[in-house]
Amino acid sequence: MSVRVFISADSSALSVGADRVADAIHSEARGRGLDIEPVRTGSRGLFWLEPLVEVETAAGRVGYGPIAPGETAQLFDAGFLSGGTHPKALGPVDGIPYLAKQQRLIFARCGLTDPLSLDDYRRHGGLRGLERALALGPTATIEEVLASGLRGRGGAGFPTGIKWRTTAGVEADQKYVVCNADEGDSGTFADRMLMEGDPFLLIEGMAIAGVSVGATQGYVYIRSEYPHAFATSQRAIERARAGGLLGPSVLGSSRAFDLEARLGAGAYICGEETSLLQSLEGKRGQIRVKPPLPAISGLFGKPTVINNVLSFASTPWILEYGAKAYAAYGVGRSLGSQPFQLAGNIRYGGLVELAFGATLRELVEGFGGGTRTGRPIRAVQVGGPLGAYLPESLLDTPLDYESMAAAGAMLGHGGIVVFDDSVDMARQARFAMEFCAKESCGKCTPCRIGSTRGVETVDKIIAGQDRPKNVQLLRDLCEVMTDGSLCALGGLAPMPVLSALNHFSEDFAKAPTRVAAE
Amino acid sequence: MSGRTAFDLSLAQALIDRKRDTPGATLPILHDLQEQFGYIDDRVVPLVADALNISRAETLGVISFYHDFHRSPFDGRVLKLCRAESCQSMGCEDLVSHLELRHGIKVDDEDDHSPLHIKTVYCLGNCALSPAALIDGEPIGRLDRDRIDAIVAAAQGKTQ
Repeated sequence: MSVRVFISADSSALSVGADRVADAIHSEARGRGLDIEPVRTGSRGLFWLEPLVEVETAAGRVGYGPIAPGETAQLFDAGFLSGGTHPKALGPVDGIPYLAKQQRLIFARCGLTDPLSLDDYRRHGGLRGLERALALGPTATIEEVLASGLRGRGGAGFPTGIKWRTTAGVEADQKYVVCNADEGDSGTFADRMLMEGDPFLLIEGMAIAGVSVGATQGYVYIRSEYPHAFATSQRAIERARAGGLLGPSVLGSSRAFDLEARLGAGAYICGEETSLLQSLEGKRGQIRVKPPLPAISGLFGKPTVINNVLSFASTPWILEYGAKAYAAYGVGRSLGSQPFQLAGNIRYGGLVELAFGATLRELVEGFGGGTRTGRPIRAVQVGGPLGAYLPESLLDTPLDYESMAAAGAMLGHGGIVVFDDSVDMARQARFAMEFCAKESCGKCTPCRIGSTRGVETVDKIIAGQDRPKNVQLLRDLCEVMTDGSLCALGGLAPMPVLSALNHFSEDFAKAPTRVAAE
Repeated sequence: MSGRTAFDLSLAQALIDRKRDTPGATLPILHDLQEQFGYIDDRVVPLVADALNISRAETLGVISFYHDFHRSPFDGRVLKLCRAESCQSMGCEDLVSHLELRHGIKVDDEDDHSPLHIKTVYCLGNCALSPAALIDGEPIGRLDRDRIDAIVAAAQGKTQ
């Protein structure tokens, strides 16, 4: 019988040579006349171990990593096909503490299965949520999502069930379900990993939404920086259609739901839901004024449920195990699990799915092992380019929506970017304004113009011109942007700037340096 | 950017016609055109506008809004270099100055006719292995100066 060998085809794994390792193992096995069955999976999310090679043995799946293409002959010499010892041997992968300590509800299957095999998906518990939703009927399904306490995982944290109930309650000849897969925040990659590693879960979640609110057509809007996620999603949708998960009769029911993946074109603002809808309609991604809410008048003016990848991907678990079981995870009003993403200057970067409430320190030190450079942690940015920079002294803040807000920060999409003590926080503040200037859709003046003035003002502070006056001007500008912008880009770009000013004021008082032209 | 062909109006029209009835067809059509020709030729603007029943101004407005679409042809390879926070924390700006000082390649230089174009992007979702890049769609993690040197050499047709 052939031995199954698993290697990730996740784009992060590919970025450090997973394809070359897979090829090398394949040809080495052939050369030795050994019978192996290579399986390309998603990633487990332990990226410092990629390319990770897993082998199915009597003792379960054991891992070896990170493996360079040149090391594969050694692996065979060490008898890795039967779990032999090797300096890179990791033992049973499920027993690696980084993974064993997680509470994986959404990412339970990611890295285990062939992402494009619907049979594999079913064998690993897939489709039970959708089956239950079809048995329950729309109203009870929406009640279940409401009762679970699930809040939008894109960053705003709006209750998912309320969006669904609103759309379900509107009479219309056509409704839509739209997935916001425009994961543009630096430090986040959970949506990408899921679309590449377990795309049927997203499809199942969107189908649950579709049959519940009475939408027959869905769109997944994926950013163009994610070509692999887009390709995998397209292929998964085709297979879901062929397998009866999508189409005129979802899993043999009387309900129809179909999906299409759409590619963005490089615009951060399209992660904002109304900009995304404009873009899907074929227009410039300029935000719309709310109300009307997309739930009532969304895509092409029709009632539209629009949620993040992780929000949809949470619903199959909720339907399968029940709202009560889901709400048993988490704290306060932050219920369920959140896939955190450890990124930047970090020793053990990867995906850590935990119930809400763990502290930032448990994440960056406990899981992440501190900085990759080995220098002290100076700042941690949580929640992407619009999130606050937190100093070491705030690392004991629990990661839930309310505690983060109380610390003047936000959870966002769960991205955590670590910086060591070489970071210059005045430059990070400048970048926040520069990024806003580049990515502003132009609708609101404080965002469009204010961000450019912000860059100039930070430059003056760095150059030592009238510092107290310019710091005050920068704070005033931040206030105008916060209060005078319609969406989160202009409204939250001040958050990293003000957090840098408040927590790292010494970096704005250093001896003047010339600002490099950028 | 694969399989670029010289601009051809009738081929452009065929690409437009293939998707003109798709709801919200503008971006899918523009992507197809750029995929085919490597850029969006100004001559397609009236064709797209006509097919979608929108004005030429609106069509140009869409093309200019999105960073991905460009209106002039260029040859060579494209390295999309991430310069967002996560990659900053691992020294992507050092790579930017290395490219300029060592290789004379400026990032985002539209007029550059060298065989390697470096384009700034903000986040490729490979933030656990920063600095990250994509070269003609192929992901690269933990990018460093040596790797940059090898990419530049390969693009210039030199053996390493």
